[in-house]
Parts: sequence; C-alpha cells; structure tokens
Amino acid sequence: MLLLAIDTSTTAITTALHDGSSVVAEVTTLDARAHAEHLAPGVRAALAQAGAAPTDVTDVVVGIGPGPFTGLRVGIVTGRTFAFALGLPVRGLTSLDALAHEAWLRGRRGDLLVATDARRKEVYAATYVLDDSAATRMAGPLVSRAADLEPDVRGLPAAGRGALLYADSLPLAVEPVDVSGGALADLAARRLALAPAAPDGIRQQVEPGHGFDGLEPLYLRRPDAAPAPPSTKSTLG
Amino acid sequence: MSDEPLVLGIETSCDETGVGIVRGETLLVDTVASSVEEHARFGGVVPEVASRAHLEAMVPTIERACREAGVALRDLDAIAVTSGPGLAGALLVGVASAKALAVALDKPIYGVNHLASHVAVDIVEHGPLPEPTMAMLVSGGHSSLLLVPDITNDVRSLGATMDDAAGEAFDKVARVLGLPFPGGPHIDRAAREGNRIAIDFPRGLTTGRDLERHRFDFSFSGLKTAVARWVETRHRAGESVPVADVAASFQEAVVDVLTRKALLACKEHEVDHLLIGGGVAANSRLRALAEERCDKAGVTLRVPRPGLCTDNGAMVAALGAQMVAKGREPSDLGLPTDSSMPVTLVQA
Ligand SMILES: Nc1ncnc2c1ncn2[C@@H]1O[C@H](COP(=O)(O)OP(=O)(O)O)[C@@H](O)[C@H]1O
Ligand SMILES: [Mg+2]
Repeated sequence: MLLLAIDTSTTAITTALHDGSSVVAEVTTLDARAHAEHLAPGVRAALAQAGAAPTDVTDVVVGIGPGPFTGLRVGIVTGRTFAFALGLPVRGLTSLDALAHEAWLRGRRGDLLVATDARRKEVYAATYVLDDSAATRMAGPLVSRAADLEPDVRGLPAAGRGALLYADSLPLAVEPVDVSGGALADLAARRLALAPAAPDGIRQQVEPGHGFDGLEPLYLRRPDAAPAPPSTKSTLG
Repeated sequence: MSDEPLVLGIETSCDETGVGIVRGETLLVDTVASSVEEHARFGGVVPEVASRAHLEAMVPTIERACREAGVALRDLDAIAVTSGPGLAGALLVGVASAKALAVALDKPIYGVNHLASHVAVDIVEHGPLPEPTMAMLVSGGHSSLLLVPDITNDVRSLGATMDDAAGEAFDKVARVLGLPFPGGPHIDRAAREGNRIAIDFPRGLTTGRDLERHRFDFSFSGLKTAVARWVETRHRAGESVPVADVAASFQEAVVDVLTRKALLACKEHEVDHLLIGGGVAANSRLRALAEERCDKAGVTLRVPRPGLCTDNGAMVAALGAQMVAKGREPSDLGLPTDSSMPVTLVQA
C-alpha cells in the first residue's frame, strides 16, 4: 500500500505518503495564499522523497475541510484528479479530525477543542474526546465567532490556528496549529486498515462510510451572491 | 498524423468548465459543463458559485472528454490549462486539476493565456494561422484588437475597451430591455425583427481627436447609457418600448464600431487576415457586417463556429498543441494563476 494524503484546509499546504506501516514522506509549505502553486510540486517532491513513482500510489485521501474555500478546493480537486488519472480510490476526511488525531499522536488525552481560521473573524470548530484508543469527534464541525462558542468549550485546550488568533476567547492554545499531511495519512491508514477492501472495478470510492467522509467540501457557508466585477480593464496590455 | 502532439486542455476562467482534446490541428472532443443557469438569477457571474461548480464538474468533464474521444490519459503528450486572465478562484480549480494530471501522468504542463486561446481555437476550425493575423476578441470580459505574428509567443495589443466589454454591453442593455442573462443571444434574436437604423445610437471613439488618440480602442459605456436613457424616456412618456428596434439599433452601433476599427487595423498594419473570436463573435449581425466589409477590403475573414467562440477547453488544447509543435518549453509545475494576465503574455 502507498497512500497519498493531501490537505489544503489550513495555512499548511501539506502532503504525505504512508506505506501501511508508517509515513514515508511528508512535504509541507506554509502559505495562506498560494495553495495551487505549492501543492503539485509538493506531491512530486514527496514521491521523490519516498523513491516512488506516481503509479506506485494505491490510495488517495484528501482533507475536505472545513477551510477557506479557495485553498480547500485546490486540495480536493488535486486529490480527485490524481486518483482519477491513475484509476485509484479516493476518500475524504474531515480536516479538523487530522488536527485532533495529531494531538492524540503527540500523547494528549481528555477533551479537546479544534478551532481553525475561518477568516471573517470566525473559526471552524469541533470538539473531541481523546482516550487511549482514538480521538473521537463529539460535536461539530461548525463555523462561529470564537467568542460565541459555549463558555465550557472555550475553556478547553484548543488546537488549531483559531486559538492563536483569538487568544482572548480561547486561552488554552495547544499544538498542533495547522494540519499535517503525515497526521492525515496516519489517520487514514488506521481507518483503511479497518475498512473492507473496495470491490474490484470500483475506481472511485466517493461514498462515505467506514470512517471516511465522502469527497464533498465542507463549506459550512453559503456563497455571497454578488456578481463578479467585470475584468475588462485589468487585462489591458 | 499520430506523431502530432496529443494535448488535453482545461478551461475554468469564468463559468464554464471546459475540457478539450486536440491532436495537432485536429479537434477530437470539446466538452463543456456550464454553471450559467445558476448565475442567471443574480444577473451576472457569482465567483464563489462558479468556483463551486467547477470543483464538482472538473473530474466528470475530464472523464467525459476522454471517453468521447476514445483517448487514454497516458497517451497524452501534454496538458494545457488557462492560467489567466479570469476569476481567481475559478482559475485555481482548473490549474490545480491540470497540475494533478501532470504529476500523476508525468506529463509536461503549459499554463496559457485565455485570450490567446480564443485566437488559437480557429486553427482546429480553419487551419494554420497566417503570420501575422489580425485578431479581434470580443467577449463578456474583453474587447481587444491584437496583432498576432506568432500565437505561441508574440501577441501585440493594438487596442482594447476603455470601459465595458462588448459582451458586457450586450448583457447590460438586455437587462434594460427586460431580456434574460446572458443577454447577447437574446438581443441578437430580437434584433432580427427590428430596424437597425431606427435609432441613431452613438459610436464611441470613432471621430476626431478620440479616433486619433484611441485609434484601436473601444468604449461602450456611453452607448449603454444612451440606450438606457432612450428607454427611460419612453417609459416616462407612458409609451411602449419597441424592443426589436432598440436591440437592432444598439447591436448595429456595436458591430459597426468593431468592424470599422478591425478593418482600419488591417489596413494600417497591412494584414490581410482578420479573425474574430470570443462569445460576441457568435453574433449574427457582427458576422454578416464583418463579412461584407472584409470582402470589400480584400481581407479574408475567419470566425470559428459559435460553440468554439464561447469559453471552452478545445481552445486551450489547440494553443497547447501549437506550443508543443513549436517546441516551446513547458511551464514550471509551480506556475501561478494570474487573474489579470496581460494579453501580450501567451504563456505563464
Ligand atoms: N449572439 C450573440 N450576440 C452578442 N453577444 C453574444 C452572443 N452570444 C454570446 N454573446 C455574449 O458573449 C459573452 C460570453 O462570451 P464568453 O467568451 O464566454 O465571455 P467571457 O468568458 O469573457 O465571459 C456574453 O456577454 C454574451 O452575452
Ligand atoms: Mg472568454
């Protein structure tokens, strides 16, 4: 097995490869604005690090957010297209789960809030219980102002960039801050080990189930319905 | 035949998700999924709605193109993609998808200019472009006159609109007349029943110092305002609006200016081929008047069929195939999108 994991829901443009027993390559670039520029070179670099060809990949997993829309789509369309091109199954995982899983991998136990930057003075948030077997999501994901979360939730240790941005409301910031492809790959590999194999002839497993979430982005907000400004003048040579 | 480059092109600069496949100068397939209906109720393209639609349509559109052309992705020689100009979030979906293909299949990628692609598409319709060719691009976002010595790396801008694009003027006037979005085709249809000399609407930048200083530039916002005022006056007087006559007279003003300037450019630059591309090139009166005036001037007119004039993936593939055939270096895998990519920059 060689699983390619991709996430672009946070400031980290991150990708990793997992061979079924461990993460064998990880490439992460921190850049809130240029997801499409860094992701594909990152995937190529990760493959080189692992000494693998694209055709060695057997599974693709993408973080489906929630996250700022534009960057989020880059990861999802990259995962979907890469998988389609090679006839591989592709699955989605809630990106906040990868942050909780990384906290769990680092040894944290107990209640945890994950709060990432949703822009517009809001956070994407979910709560988890971390016991010895796993990090389990209890509520969320939702989008909210940090100050508007329930008081007992705000008092939890909080992973994700939201805790750094809104320290007034979320005083107990803990690691990690952004999604890591390695943690996402590890979470996916564990869930995949429990899932039945995809039946022959099924190239794209888009159905949620067996611990996976489907491939639809978690936008959690409606589009703002203002028509595009005309692009006329910007292109004068 | 089979040693000609096989190129898949992806276009997502506005509201159409387009995937086309070209071999050399032959179009194999042109597949388009449009979100235009989702935007109609807003009277214009909503960028976030367009981006969401691109994400959903991207892989299914690639899959359909390959199936209909009977092409296996691994047989491609290169991937081409619109990297600008256009809506930033919309461009990103296509560029990310193209890069994923490039990495997965280990193929070169060409990030190309949307406007140059509108010109290049005519290669798959009417054969190689004479060098130089005069090109007039008229769409919802652009109105430019281009001198094109080499479509793969030398495109020169002679002029462009100072305000509204030609298609934008059609869309706005359609709204004034109570016609649906996008308005161009509706005005075209309504105008067929109307009198094009019924109302003498202004022709922007066509006389005196305006023509001197803005020889090959366009301006349509004054025209749009004139139409709105004319209609408003009728409304106020409690009279009905002769939609067909207004449509025909407005349309005549636009296509008169476009063709006049295009032929002036041909004459002054001694170019005997004029190509018209972009969504507005679908306009029946523009085609007829351009034909008439080109005939008179001894200029050969080339206009791709309407389906290839609006945004599509075939045009991107057509330009990509030219790039490969001419041995142009591929773009870097880190290529950025550029929502305001200048028309003179053919490749990212
Ligand atoms: N028959 C027509 N007559 C005039 N304008 C038209 C016609 N058909 C399409 N259009 C216009 O073309 C534009 C769309 O063209 P397209 O090349 O897709 O533009 P863009 O990509 O710049 O939005 C719209 O403004 C539409 O009204
Ligand atoms: Mg266009």
